[in-house]
Amino acid sequence: MAGERTGDDRLRGRGLTLAFGPRIVQSDLEFSVRTGSIFAVMGGSGCGKSTVLRAMVGLLRPAAGTVLVDGEDYWAAAEARRAEIGRRFGVLFQNGALWSSMTVAENVALPLAMLTRLDAGSIEALARLKLSLVGLGAAGGRMPSELSGGMRKRAGLARALALDPDILFLDEPSAGLDPIASKRLDDLILELRDGLGATIVMVSHELPSLFAVCDDGVFLDAEARTAIAHGAPRSLRDRCDHPTVRAFMARARPEYAREGPDGRR
Amino acid sequence: MTTRHTAPPGWRLERRGLEDAVLCLTGDWIARETGLRDAAAVRQVLAAAGGAMRLRFETDGLGRWDSALIAFLRALREAAAVMAPAANAGRRIELDETDLPEAARRLLALAAESGPAPPAAAPAAADPLLARTGHRATARWAEAVAALVGETVLRGAAALGGRVWTRPADVLELMREAGAGALGIVAVCNGLVGGILAFVGAVQLRRFGAEIFVADLVGIAMAREMAAMMTAIVMAGRTGGAYAAQIATMQGNEEIDALKAFGIPVFDYLVLPRILALVAMMPLLYLYACAVGLLGGLVVGMATLDLTAAAYLQETQKAVAGRQFLIGLAKSVAFGALVALAGCHIGLAAGRSAAEVGRAATGAVVAGIIGVIALDAVFAVCANALGI
Repeated sequence: MAGERTGDDRLRGRGLTLAFGPRIVQSDLEFSVRTGSIFAVMGGSGCGKSTVLRAMVGLLRPAAGTVLVDGEDYWAAAEARRAEIGRRFGVLFQNGALWSSMTVAENVALPLAMLTRLDAGSIEALARLKLSLVGLGAAGGRMPSELSGGMRKRAGLARALALDPDILFLDEPSAGLDPIASKRLDDLILELRDGLGATIVMVSHELPSLFAVCDDGVFLDAEARTAIAHGAPRSLRDRCDHPTVRAFMARARPEYAREGPDGRR
Repeated sequence: MTTRHTAPPGWRLERRGLEDAVLCLTGDWIARETGLRDAAAVRQVLAAAGGAMRLRFETDGLGRWDSALIAFLRALREAAAVMAPAANAGRRIELDETDLPEAARRLLALAAESGPAPPAAAPAAADPLLARTGHRATARWAEAVAALVGETVLRGAAALGGRVWTRPADVLELMREAGAGALGIVAVCNGLVGGILAFVGAVQLRRFGAEIFVADLVGIAMAREMAAMMTAIVMAGRTGGAYAAQIATMQGNEEIDALKAFGIPVFDYLVLPRILALVAMMPLLYLYACAVGLLGGLVVGMATLDLTAAAYLQETQKAVAGRQFLIGLAKSVAFGALVALAGCHIGLAAGRSAAEVGRAATGAVVAGIIGVIALDAVFAVCANALGI
């Protein structure tokens, strides 16, 4: 189901196999991310979602297979070219991963200062703009350790937006946030996609935000160690008949999903 | 703390006919008060029930219980499952758990869901001591040193060519922190070392009436050896350890990943500024340490040997040639680079946990101090061979 489209694919995984030494995490992944879509990498805890993300953003070399960015083989490219492609990515890490020795505004400004030739005034203005996009206009002078979890995520998002990326990678954006903060972040993601025209790849297992924002996706399974379903979270919920996917979407345990919620007890 | 009397946990096995055995559980099974029953107790139960088809439980005498009971029952369950039928008159014993307390049954079911614990891995066969030492030395040190020196040279060359991502502001801040921030502790260490040298020399030289040569001793020893080495050791403990801890913490926080994801070269951004800062600051600290060491010697000389300050300083000036300072300066540059490299490299190689941060800081300090002393020995041998 994935793999035939080529024309408008921003990102494609082709035979992607990820391993830590001899331990294979995921193998033979095939997926394609359409330009402008919000693509979900779903699956239970520990199935290797974040590892797949790390391979997509260039932090972990796959054991086999590759990632194509606009048709170009990312992992076959030379290191300098990979860095160049990588500059079109913005990454939000699971805990924000803000540089803790700098203020929030400096965090957003650093990539601009390091990777562009803008003067100090424009960098400051851009950093302030990105922070106000995520609703942190007033918090620029604060240190990351003074921020709450939700604010840290948003600050990380502002930093990921610093270079106006074509592809935005979000690792568990709403994990650990209260329902209201999580909803606000979902809305923000939708608005950013519409406003900036970015393609978004999102790793998540939070059902409400998956249903709310994602329009395509791939479902990874820890036992099969590969993708077991492709499609938008909502259509997987309504139509997919793989027991693990159904259990996940219905928030039930796999062995009960087949026989209803009180199959055993 | 508890005022209730704790009855010791116990069990008694009763045979009921040919088929059935009943395990009567008595007393309080509280892990923190009465400990856990070990595997031997489980084997005893199964041995006593030998030949029975079914093992039932009786809990009328059971007092309070917690995980101690669950652990015992779980061990019993697992042992019964793997027991070879041949050991039990050709039959597999079946546990009938219906008479256990409801809560205990639930916990057992929960524990069973995650499957039996995997057997502990057999310890790897140990290599001979010599081979082990060799492997560790090559893995830990030779490779690390080669990689570090290589990368430093390559990136340093790139920096000279103008392709560099290091920010001057970072370097200045690190220089302030490593240089000005260390003045106090460097002064204390070197002043005391100068004084100690003067004491040692005074005792010996007084016997020959050559008290004035204390100035030569202190001057040459400080300028050539002690000032550079003591300062480097202080910096290894103070700055090298801090670099390792900072970078290891950034590693655990995914901050290093964030740099890589942006395509900001970690070496240029984090390692190079630290090397530059220490290499720039160490010679200055060395000169300062020499001065403080001489002052320490002067104070002790004036106090214990009745030397005048003018005579002492004149003798020092006569004794310490510019050559001694050059050797000391060269050493201080090398030591600075070594301490910074060790700290940064060990920090970057650290894993992602709080324990790893501590280990990295310790490792950086130890590697820094041992490296400085070993490098000093190399300098001494070279200087001796060259006759300087």
